[in-house]
Amino acid sequence: MFDVNKVDAVIEKHGAEQRALTAMLQDIQSEYNYLPREALERIAQKMNLPLIQVYQVAKFYKAFSLEPRGKHSITVCLGTACHVRGGVAIADQVGRLLGVKPGETTKDRRFSFDTVNCLGCCALGPVMVVDGQYYGKMAASKVERVLQKYMEEEVAANA
Amino acid sequence: MPRLTSRAEFEEWRQSVLASWEPSKPCITVCGGTGCRALGAKEVTAALGRELKKQGLQDKVDLKMTGCHGFCERGPLVVVYPQQIFYQGVTAEDVPDIVSETLVKGNPVERKLYVDPVTGQPVVHEPDVPFYREQKRVLMKYNGLIIPTKIEDYIAIGGYQALCKALFEMTPEQVIEEIKRSGLRGRGGAGFPTGRKWEECRRADGDVKYVICNADEGDPGAYQDRSLVEGNPHSILEGIIIGAYAVGAHEGFIYIRHEYPLAVENITRAIEQAEAYGLLGKNILGSGFDFTFKVHRGAGAFVCGESSALMRSIEGYAGEPRAKRIHATEKGLWDRPTVLNNVKTWASVPYIINNGADWFAQMGTATSKGTMVFSLVGKVNNTGLVEVPMGATLRHLVFDIGGGISSGKKCKAVQTGGPSGGCIPERLLDLPVDYEALTEAGSIMGSGGLIVMDEDTCMVDVARYFLHFTMEESCGKCTACREGSRRMYEILERIVHGKGQEGDVERLQEIGEAMIAGSLCALGRMAPNPVLSTIRYFRDEYEAHIRDKRCPAAVCKDLITFSVIAENCTGCGVCLRNCPQGAITGEKKQVHHIDPNKCIRCGICREVCRFNAIKVE
Repeated sequence: MFDVNKVDAVIEKHGAEQRALTAMLQDIQSEYNYLPREALERIAQKMNLPLIQVYQVAKFYKAFSLEPRGKHSITVCLGTACHVRGGVAIADQVGRLLGVKPGETTKDRRFSFDTVNCLGCCALGPVMVVDGQYYGKMAASKVERVLQKYMEEEVAANA
Repeated sequence: MPRLTSRAEFEEWRQSVLASWEPSKPCITVCGGTGCRALGAKEVTAALGRELKKQGLQDKVDLKMTGCHGFCERGPLVVVYPQQIFYQGVTAEDVPDIVSETLVKGNPVERKLYVDPVTGQPVVHEPDVPFYREQKRVLMKYNGLIIPTKIEDYIAIGGYQALCKALFEMTPEQVIEEIKRSGLRGRGGAGFPTGRKWEECRRADGDVKYVICNADEGDPGAYQDRSLVEGNPHSILEGIIIGAYAVGAHEGFIYIRHEYPLAVENITRAIEQAEAYGLLGKNILGSGFDFTFKVHRGAGAFVCGESSALMRSIEGYAGEPRAKRIHATEKGLWDRPTVLNNVKTWASVPYIINNGADWFAQMGTATSKGTMVFSLVGKVNNTGLVEVPMGATLRHLVFDIGGGISSGKKCKAVQTGGPSGGCIPERLLDLPVDYEALTEAGSIMGSGGLIVMDEDTCMVDVARYFLHFTMEESCGKCTACREGSRRMYEILERIVHGKGQEGDVERLQEIGEAMIAGSLCALGRMAPNPVLSTIRYFRDEYEAHIRDKRCPAAVCKDLITFSVIAENCTGCGVCLRNCPQGAITGEKKQVHHIDPNKCIRCGICREVCRFNAIKVE
């Protein structure tokens, strides 16, 4: 639930200055897992800025999402090392199994799927990460088993 | 601990730290780099803690989780001191043996030793492992020895003595002179002489000046800056304080990728500790010099690795570059004189001040001095971080240190410099790696990523990969970059899809020239490099795609077909069960068949086939 007091506390903590804008948005992103429109409006109001200027920063940086994210986060590394080791085939397979493109979230909001430009653990490549758990030396044929695990956990949790 | 207010107090504290530092005491270190952590280093460390306790050794043996040791391929890594016995691929199950055999009896645990693939012999000691033996470690030297979050460890290895020397024995001009004489050049890629940059900033008008550490390491396949910030944050901090003193800055920032949470955490801790001891803040060690330092987390924009965009980002705006007719050393952050340097540049400073400019300048080539840390990745046996003197050859890096090509196939090219760099063909591997030689070969030093490619890598696909990257990361300010990268990507897309036309190669070259001429920042000016260098060295691959509609490396999906090799197929049915498209048919124990119309060339059948019965051409 959106809570204006939380946003005010973030603004208070950093000070309503231009130089603190990214840090504020980072705090709000980690609180809500995305940037709710109300939060951007509140910041604009408090900083006495047109909303478009806050929106411009929110939209420019990839760490910010303007849409709510899925419960599980799946990241496939497409850094150069992973690319030459077949990372694209992993990403294709994830997209096929979930029915979404990179940057999208499944309709049921269970999975968000992203590709990144390097996780810096190239020895493990190709790598995919689910909720912070690294799966190294991946192969397209192993993707389904990994995802299955998270889907089954979901089913078990709902039962 | 009260703030230290003089050099004498610092010296007293240093002596007390050294008194409790016992180099001969048994110590077991576990690599805590991201790669080893992903492979279970935390579990290994926890198991070691439990086992030492169980065997009553917790007071006799130190246990340390350190920064990245660099040999990421073989993680998790464990080293037992003082003998430096080196273990690789360690799991929690190996821990009881390591403790009872090595720590109690002093014998190596044979099965966890590294086996030299050339001699077939196990190697016991870390410095004898070829991967380490062939390196010259300066910046990375202590990564495997100290706890990054403990300032005492850094003090014990001589930390902050360069700062003392600079503050109390040298004038700012003398510091600058020393850096100039050392020949240190920017390690972020452009290679601008560091001392000159500092001098320009020192001479610029104005009381308010800034120093910035660029830790926005965005090149895919490069992670050495992260490992330094994670593994030895105080060495970077010390370099920055010295630099600030030299240029006359009282405030500084480190701009660090948000994707590097551990690095953010460790540098933040280092800053807090330095403040508590009076090594940062007001009147540092009673010298009269004030300096505060803050962390700024990036938010995921590759272009912010460019200096003017990075400064704009710290100011709280979208990170768009600007024209640099006036140098940042005159008008940088908030229009004040600013020095921005890369992590490795700053980290080199304390070593130069301690050991002298001559010591530094004797390493390297005529124009490129000192060492460089590379991340050696891709189709190479020993993926990891390697530090060598400037001027080492690519062949030495790939074969002597990297252990050759992982697939057993032939090396085709080495890509340096990330999306701004180029592909250097195998026949030029004897090229000495320095700023000038790489530029001449159509690539750049960049921040030190070295991606090894073998015969299974399609060079047109690699060019398309980088152009896709640049197109996505272009901030859009300059038309030449924004539109040029898009047009180049479109042309490359059609080539890899078999729709290339005569003249496409020339079109790519023409647009590339326009981007170089018409872009404000290095992102746009250098984005054509991966394309132009692959055209220069691998034009035949472009022509095979365009004229013959053929991908020689069998990578580009629209130009390849999957089929079953009848002689090898046993009819086991594994491919049939795993095919996501139902494109494979066949009776049990009969040769199977792939329907090319249904096949999406995902490659799963080839992965799962144990009889090498899937052909791709």
